[in-house]
Amino acid sequence: MGLIQIGRHDKDGTPDVVTMTVEKAVNWARKGSLWPITFGLACCAIEMIAAVSSRYDMDRYGAGVFRASPRQSDLMIVAGTVCRRMAPVIRKLYDQMPEPKYVIAMGSCATSGNIYDSYSVVQGVDRFVPVDIYVPGCPPTPEALFDGILKLQARIMLKRVFLKQPDQVKPSLKI
Amino acid sequence: MAFEDQRTTVYKIDPAHPESETLPTLRTEELLLNMGPQHPATHGVLKVILELEGERLVKSTPVLGYLHRGVEKLAEDGTYHQFIPHTDRLDYICAMYNNFAYCRAVEKLMNITVPDRAEYLRTIVAEVQRIIGHQFWLGTQALDIGAMTVFFYCFRDREILMDWFDELCGARLTTSWYRIGGVERDFTPSLLEKLKLFLDYFPPKIDEYMVFLEKNRIWVGRTKGIAIISAEDAVSFGLSGPTLRGSGVDYDLRKAQPYSAYPKCEFSVPLGKNGDTYDRYWIRVQEFYESVKIIRQCLEQMQDGPIMADVPSVTLPPKQRVFTNLESMIQQFKLFSQGFDAPPGEIYCGTEAHKGELGFYIVSTGGGKPYRLKIRAPSFIHMGAFDHMSRGYMIADAVTIFGTYDIVMGECDR
Amino acid sequence: MSLQQLASRLQENFATGFIKAVEWRGDLAVTVTRDRLHEVAQFLHDDPAMDFDYIVHVSSVDWPDDEERFEVVYEFYSIKKRQRIRLKTRVPESDCIVDSLTDLWKGANFMEREVYDMMGIRFRYHPDLRRILLPDDFTEGYPLRKDFPLRGKGWRDTFEFLDETAR
Repeated sequence: MGLIQIGRHDKDGTPDVVTMTVEKAVNWARKGSLWPITFGLACCAIEMIAAVSSRYDMDRYGAGVFRASPRQSDLMIVAGTVCRRMAPVIRKLYDQMPEPKYVIAMGSCATSGNIYDSYSVVQGVDRFVPVDIYVPGCPPTPEALFDGILKLQARIMLKRVFLKQPDQVKPSLKI
Repeated sequence: MAFEDQRTTVYKIDPAHPESETLPTLRTEELLLNMGPQHPATHGVLKVILELEGERLVKSTPVLGYLHRGVEKLAEDGTYHQFIPHTDRLDYICAMYNNFAYCRAVEKLMNITVPDRAEYLRTIVAEVQRIIGHQFWLGTQALDIGAMTVFFYCFRDREILMDWFDELCGARLTTSWYRIGGVERDFTPSLLEKLKLFLDYFPPKIDEYMVFLEKNRIWVGRTKGIAIISAEDAVSFGLSGPTLRGSGVDYDLRKAQPYSAYPKCEFSVPLGKNGDTYDRYWIRVQEFYESVKIIRQCLEQMQDGPIMADVPSVTLPPKQRVFTNLESMIQQFKLFSQGFDAPPGEIYCGTEAHKGELGFYIVSTGGGKPYRLKIRAPSFIHMGAFDHMSRGYMIADAVTIFGTYDIVMGECDR
Repeated sequence: MSLQQLASRLQENFATGFIKAVEWRGDLAVTVTRDRLHEVAQFLHDDPAMDFDYIVHVSSVDWPDDEERFEVVYEFYSIKKRQRIRLKTRVPESDCIVDSLTDLWKGANFMEREVYDMMGIRFRYHPDLRRILLPDDFTEGYPLRKDFPLRGKGWRDTFEFLDETAR
């Protein structure tokens, strides 16, 4: 991004100096160690498990350590249909996660309710939890989930750490 | 010098009779422990309220409904064809078996005979689905008990089959390849090639999984004698599938009420003796071998022929014609939006899915939409026996018992 | 025994309770009156010639235009005899109580709770009759009734827990 510069040693050209702002360093650490909470609700959970398995290895993005406790995690991948009975549980878990926390709505059910326009399905998890990234699909393949995680990582790099976040993302900072 | 006050009690032993030592009266109460709905070991969103006395389970009350999507009400709102994707999402681990069960039910209602090649194709894919279902089960059960390597091995082999499904019908997980009256498209030569390669590749892999588990002291110690259920109780609770056969009851719908291409194949149904977790695990692993056998026989016996029944008022036209031919497009449109004219009446049709007996009870009053569609989900019924099966065991066994039931919440809550 | 013989045996033994038997597409459905339901079910369970030891499902159908609005459907299977039978009974809306069959088949416990949850039919002598799939505070009614709208009556959009957790 121009703000991270890798300096090379004079004599043999090995890179040993990296200059960047502290903000970038913090963001780099945050994006490289997103720890998700084990939160599979329905069919998308199976694809999430497949994403963690040996073939599509989510651990190489740093996001492979699934924590069972919300207090130790910073990413909530809502994978599956959000039913009305589960909604307070999701909100409680979201509130228990420490800042900074991110939410990925994985799949059509979490995004908008999908084909379940019925009496007990919430039409999208963003009705009561703020969502950062929506990953469409029914279910999204593990590659699609990775696309979402990579976009989330790009978004994390844009966030301000020590200054107040601007209210609107400027057009020049579009991903 | 013992410090005595209201809170402590002195531990007294009578020196003349040391065998009659009386323990101090401790205040014991049962502990109510809430497990779930967000828990890594409950297979999906399931809450169980455990009453514990120390570490022993006294009573467990499952609380269901965290994934209740209202599927039965949605069925009354759409046509029969439109319900097929809903069935995928019931038991999402082996999705096509649900399609199969539903299509069989509607074909029974409409009295349609599926052509031979379609029956063989359906059986082959159903048995491949059984393999992936049991692989998922084995991987997660082993992961819950602690054998993490088996999880990765099972999922590695599962990915091969997921690619196969991707090539067959375009989706890995929720597939909807079955149609009322047949199947959507035929196998390509490359698919047949890959399937045959898999059938040679897979049996040594099953032996590999067994090497990890079969005689492993920890596995045997954690599964032998756990969650025993007698044959009479199992039948009374309505259990089915490997959960029932673990207790020695010989009830497999593929043999009891044969359907599709199963009567033409030779296979055996493994039965357990003790009704414990180890027996159910052993049955599921043996079912791997039996599925491979069935697929091989179907591949040999399959002949060329149509893949969809020739009942244009009910079955969908082939997709290539829909995009090129106007009449086919109109037929497809009509069948999806208005539906076909089902005769008034009611049927029940049960199929041996990999978890148990998956059945559909359909009531029709004529017209294109079902009047009432009831899904007989094995996972829901197995949860009814959870309390009975888990009494007296340790809290760590609760996790094993979830696994041995092989519950999927999509099917349980519908 | 054939389905015809099954139906006639039931008719002989329960002449007052037996209403009709329909055989269609290979399934036998026998309708009985509500007060004799438990006896008929006991006969089907205990009689050695019948031996219906496996309960397949319990469900309910809503016929809003009929006077006896709800129909409770039981399906039993005999593992040894490989036979299936469907037992049906009708209850009016004003008095929708049926005898529970949990003493004969333990699996009927959860299944009857689901019928109560979805349709509102109560089961006498059920050990634990409460809602199972919907939460206990669901006051909108019984979803599978025909007069209940598909999208519900607004419950799915109420997020009162947000007020509690708002900081």
